[in-house]
Amino acid sequence: MKKKTIYFNNYYKLFNFISIFLIFASLFLLSFKGLNYGVDFKGGTIIELRTNDKNLTISKLRQSFRIMNLGDISVKKFGNENDYLIKFEKKDSNNVNFISDIKQKLENSIGQIFDFRRVESVGPKVSAELLRSGIIAIALSLAAMLFYIWIRFEWQFSLGAILALFHDVIITLGFFSLFSLEINLSIVAAVLTIVGYSMNDTVVIFDRVRENLKKFADIKIFELTNISINETLSRTIITSITTLLALLSIYFFGGQILKGFAFAMILGVVFGTYSSIYIANPILVYLRVSQKTIIKEDKN
Amino acid sequence: MLYFSKIRIFLISLFTLIFVIFALSNFTNIGKKIFDKKINLGLDLQGGSYLLLEIDNQPIIEQKLQNTLLTLRKYFKDRNIKYQNLRIQNDKFIVFDINSNDIEKTKNLFTDENSDINPYYIQFKSHQFDLELDKNTFKLEFSKYGLIQIKNSSLDQALEIVRRRINEVGTNEPNILKRGNDRILVELPGLDDPMRIKNLLGKTANLTFRFILKNTEETFGVENLSFEDGSENALVSKRIVISGENLLDAQPKMDNQTNQTVVTFSLDRVGAKRFGKATKTGIGKRLAIVLDGKIVSAPVIQGAIIGGSGQITGNFTFQSATDLALLLRSGALPAPLNIIEERTVGPGLGQDSIDAGIFALLIGFILVIIFMFFKYRLLGLIANVTLVINLFLLLGILTLFEATLTLPGIAGIILTVGMAVDANVLIFERIKEESENEKNRIVAFDRGYDKSKTAVIDANITTLIAAIILFMMGSGPIKGFSITLGVGIFTTLFSVYYIARLLTSIYVTKNKYKDGAI
Repeated sequence: MKKKTIYFNNYYKLFNFISIFLIFASLFLLSFKGLNYGVDFKGGTIIELRTNDKNLTISKLRQSFRIMNLGDISVKKFGNENDYLIKFEKKDSNNVNFISDIKQKLENSIGQIFDFRRVESVGPKVSAELLRSGIIAIALSLAAMLFYIWIRFEWQFSLGAILALFHDVIITLGFFSLFSLEINLSIVAAVLTIVGYSMNDTVVIFDRVRENLKKFADIKIFELTNISINETLSRTIITSITTLLALLSIYFFGGQILKGFAFAMILGVVFGTYSSIYIANPILVYLRVSQKTIIKEDKN
Repeated sequence: MLYFSKIRIFLISLFTLIFVIFALSNFTNIGKKIFDKKINLGLDLQGGSYLLLEIDNQPIIEQKLQNTLLTLRKYFKDRNIKYQNLRIQNDKFIVFDINSNDIEKTKNLFTDENSDINPYYIQFKSHQFDLELDKNTFKLEFSKYGLIQIKNSSLDQALEIVRRRINEVGTNEPNILKRGNDRILVELPGLDDPMRIKNLLGKTANLTFRFILKNTEETFGVENLSFEDGSENALVSKRIVISGENLLDAQPKMDNQTNQTVVTFSLDRVGAKRFGKATKTGIGKRLAIVLDGKIVSAPVIQGAIIGGSGQITGNFTFQSATDLALLLRSGALPAPLNIIEERTVGPGLGQDSIDAGIFALLIGFILVIIFMFFKYRLLGLIANVTLVINLFLLLGILTLFEATLTLPGIAGIILTVGMAVDANVLIFERIKEESENEKNRIVAFDRGYDKSKTAVIDANITTLIAAIILFMMGSGPIKGFSITLGVGIFTTLFSVYYIARLLTSIYVTKNKYKDGAI
């Protein structure tokens, strides 16, 4: 039973252009539109509240919060009809009654029983630290992957894998910027997991490329990458599918709090799978990797 | 790769069984006597409050500078050193001028390793104060380690006080930890509304009894303080009659005569003596009870109080009197605490998160199982059995270490379900390839396992690296994610290389030469 070969390598250039375009578009968005940081990284307060009044409108709620002078306020529905998420800039660390005052004022102006289901308040000092450690974590994970791939493979492979990683991280963040999705601590966790997943995917194909390089001296790298991609293709697809099944069930059933995380992961898995094929492998071709590349390494 | 000795099969089964029992102990009470451990639920799942407090050390530093200034005065006098312009500058430096003859001598007093005025910390190779000398002007500033020393000691004190206050309130298993050298982390599980605790922690509870003066003639200095209810201001002496440190006990009480809520207190021996003496000589004067810079009340002294006990009146409700008594019993904080981060989850949301998380886990699990079965049939069945065992192993290990499960942690478990099959898929796909040229299935399976090994290990190490970095950098809920993700990698590798391989070997050895798809 011979499997049908898909000629991925015919589209290397085309998809490289698309990727380069997406990266520049993402960088453009990131530098001009920026990211929508949540309270974890910007400081401020969020309140998740539930009300039993079905007639309550967002604008009414926003009005009540606006008169409290809490700075920039955003009010939105959160998951179902009765849940709202309110986010504002101010975080009053000197007044310990801050939250209960707000609840009091809210009950005075709208006059009903609100249930504050979740309150998160982060001061400016802490949010700056969280942002810094988030950036360090992502940088550290990229460095760790670089180190890992550097001891496992030749430099051409490392470069391909790392460029694929940067591609995934930048485009995922670009998407978050484009749709103004909130960046919080769980998104950092998602990005790190994406880095791990994308690397994993690339390494499996590279493993096969290297094996094939040893086996076939006369096949050009351009062909060889395609053979390797095809040989590992069903694994690539099955693993992406099972991972996506898990992530989709988190996205749809895991509750509001995990939605952002699941969405980032879904993007990451899609781009991670794509980049292993269309970023990591073409780099090997451009760098003219051949049997000599790995044989030389073995002699050392 | 496919051969398993009997003893190995036994050990694998035993190991698996033990962890399955561990996992099950979360859901039943059977066998509780032998193994009584459970997975902890994080604050985001059981509801509760997370507070990060930061000590404002500035007042302490200023106080220490003040003390040093007083010490220096006496110190120079004792040694006949002529000094001028001894003062504190910018709440940061102590500055003074020394007569030119004494400069060398004075400099040595501060820079000698055995200096008794500027202690030397051998472990840090640093003095308490850094000295800057400009001609004859000396400028002292707390060194880096001098500041650390101050911060550490105030943190230790504050931690103790915070612990006492929270224990007095009697919440469920609070978690109180140091963070860095000026922060305290407080986790209060099951607490719906942290208002009261925040109130209690927000007060320094610095109590002093001081006389109110009619004029400013007082060698010790006076300050103008306002009453707590804002009704009036009064000149209060800086001379402290007794302070909170002299208190042995404080309790709220209903005064039967006035029908007011009061706080009664009893003093230690030193305090009782001083209180007795002061009340004896001060009959007719007003004694102000000052709490955190505000006058609570200032009763006129009617007669000497010798018994070492008394009561504080004020506009108390029973609740506020209870809280004041609690604060006085547990002692004053060395410096004010600010709440710089707060995260509170109500029990309702916590339960909703658990329900949603478990539901998502079930759905994800079922989808993956159905998919694997349709894709690989019999081998898929093996992968699925492995996956179930993997899940139990993961829960078992979390139980054994009494790890904390958070909502992102549940997401980590679901993600593990999705990614765990990867290892089996890598192996199965390789076996498929190998069987194209090899009719003997045992050989094909053996090669499949052998050749896929590096890819499987590589694939899992990359995820493990991400999990480890998250564990190091993350906090709270995110840490929970990194734990389940990281532990999931080990259980995956175990279940794939022992359980799945064992099951495959049983299948293959019984169907050595059968044709057809795998």
